[in-house]
Amino acid sequence: MNTNLQGRAFVFGNNVDTDQIYPGRFVQYTDVEDVAKYAMHGVDPEFIHTVKQGDIIVAGTNFGCGSSREHAAITLKAVGVGAIIAESFGRIFYRNAINLALPLIVCPHILKYVQSRDSLLVDLKSGTISNEKGILITAEPLSPYVMSILEAGGIKPLVRAQLLRGA
Amino acid sequence: MHAIEKLLANKAGKDSVTTGEIVNCEVDLAGINDLYLQTVRSFHEMGGVKVYDPSRVMMFLDHYAPASTIMQAQNQKAFREFCWDQGIEMLMDIDQGVCHQVVADKGLAHPGEIIVITDSHTTTHGAFGAFGTGVGATDLAIILATGKLWFRVPEIIKINFEGKPPQGVYAKDIILHAIGELGADFAVYKAVELAGSTLQYLSISERMALCNMSTEMGAKTSYIQPDDVTMAFLNEKVTRPYEIYHTDPDFVYAAQVSFDVTHLQPKLAAPSSVDNVFDIQTFIDTPVDQAYLGSCTGGRCEDIGIAAGILKGKHIAPRTRFVIVPASKGVFLEAMAKGYVQSLVEAGATFVTPGCAACLGTHEGMLASDETCITTTNRNFPGRMGDTQARIFLGSPAAVAAAALEGKIVDPTPYIVKENA
Repeated sequence: MNTNLQGRAFVFGNNVDTDQIYPGRFVQYTDVEDVAKYAMHGVDPEFIHTVKQGDIIVAGTNFGCGSSREHAAITLKAVGVGAIIAESFGRIFYRNAINLALPLIVCPHILKYVQSRDSLLVDLKSGTISNEKGILITAEPLSPYVMSILEAGGIKPLVRAQLLRGA
Repeated sequence: MHAIEKLLANKAGKDSVTTGEIVNCEVDLAGINDLYLQTVRSFHEMGGVKVYDPSRVMMFLDHYAPASTIMQAQNQKAFREFCWDQGIEMLMDIDQGVCHQVVADKGLAHPGEIIVITDSHTTTHGAFGAFGTGVGATDLAIILATGKLWFRVPEIIKINFEGKPPQGVYAKDIILHAIGELGADFAVYKAVELAGSTLQYLSISERMALCNMSTEMGAKTSYIQPDDVTMAFLNEKVTRPYEIYHTDPDFVYAAQVSFDVTHLQPKLAAPSSVDNVFDIQTFIDTPVDQAYLGSCTGGRCEDIGIAAGILKGKHIAPRTRFVIVPASKGVFLEAMAKGYVQSLVEAGATFVTPGCAACLGTHEGMLASDETCITTTNRNFPGRMGDTQARIFLGSPAAVAAAALEGKIVDPTPYIVKENA
């Protein structure tokens, strides 16, 4: 996988929960093309019209708190979000995103360094987050276990291989 | 080691575990709910053919019970067929209620087990000394395929509640107070043990509310060391053998905090976050369009009984509606047997099928723009129960029932005193 990511920053505040990322009334949709229509609908209905492949969400504390709905991670991945950098993440959202090979980077104080639409470079291996002028801040590195899931393209290929070995 | 660590070690087949370690644990009870057909899809996408152990899987048709759109009906149909194909006998269809209450009612929640459900409020089962945690659809599919799931052994925080809560103050007030003081991200990735002298005054129903709401401070799981109250419940409900773990005296918590609840006032979480907590006095006389009593947080028989006590022989305010959703079939039956349902329907309440209903903004009690709701549920994020411009206050069952009676937010304490006099 490419561990050097580049994209424009979309900045959000603290406690952006899964009802804002993907409102409950749309959870009945199960096909990814439908799920992709409602990314960030509860906080910015225009988001899906402005986000481009590889763009990066930057947020404050507890991004993705709330419900267990995997739709929240599926929708962001489906609209092309390349990574999410936040001061902290809701636990279930964190697992869901990593399982889908959507990189999440925990970075305290990130909101002090990034403005909306800044062009960001993220090195997943070193944890450095840069803009055109240079390194802004170094985030917590991803754990080896999480990195192994990302490198496999998500948890599904790993489990598939495990099941085949067992069969 | 902590009791939680001993439990995880046992399920991972190890003698001990340490904080931060990744362990692969046997899951005793895996639950899927009807929001997440993705679980079945992920199972097939991973090459799953037969569920590893169907006897450890429960399917809950609770969030859309009964289906109110064609798509919800299609999803429920697909789940039923999956259960029939896979030999999953514990298909909890639309008559049963919210997953966590159903698990408790059926005596399937007990000390020493790992319960994983595709629902964030699976922390509820800490009230029984179990390790309960919520996951997404794909993680649950891994359990379907392998019987196991990986966990990072969490840091453990102890929250002590001390003293006897005054009249009018319930578990909901106590946990809202703690979340307000500590913040919605206080316990992210961490396990929370709830302890202290206050617990002796709290029933299993109230303890379930405490553990349930620990999710709203970000907790991965919660835990109450089983005591006499727990054992009385377990002895009545649980027939399976189980093991109770105890924390070693030399265990060092990642953090400890204490709250004295002796003089606590009834609380509300104001729009639009669960940690935006105030004394109810701050919002006195705020008009209420809808009062709502239900959910895995505040829809148990005791909660309905509190509302019945306040409203029996009276009638709700003319411009207010009162939606009540029993958490489960068992709760509904008990509330009927005790006469609560009769009193509340006569008082103008609207009863809805046991299930999750409008708690998550899908059906049965949705809010219009600029409406105000006071509710016993667990979240008040924008759009949680309907329009993003609706205002949601979280409170105790007494606060909700008293607001339904008066059509505005009031301190429920005198209403309870009057009823008991």
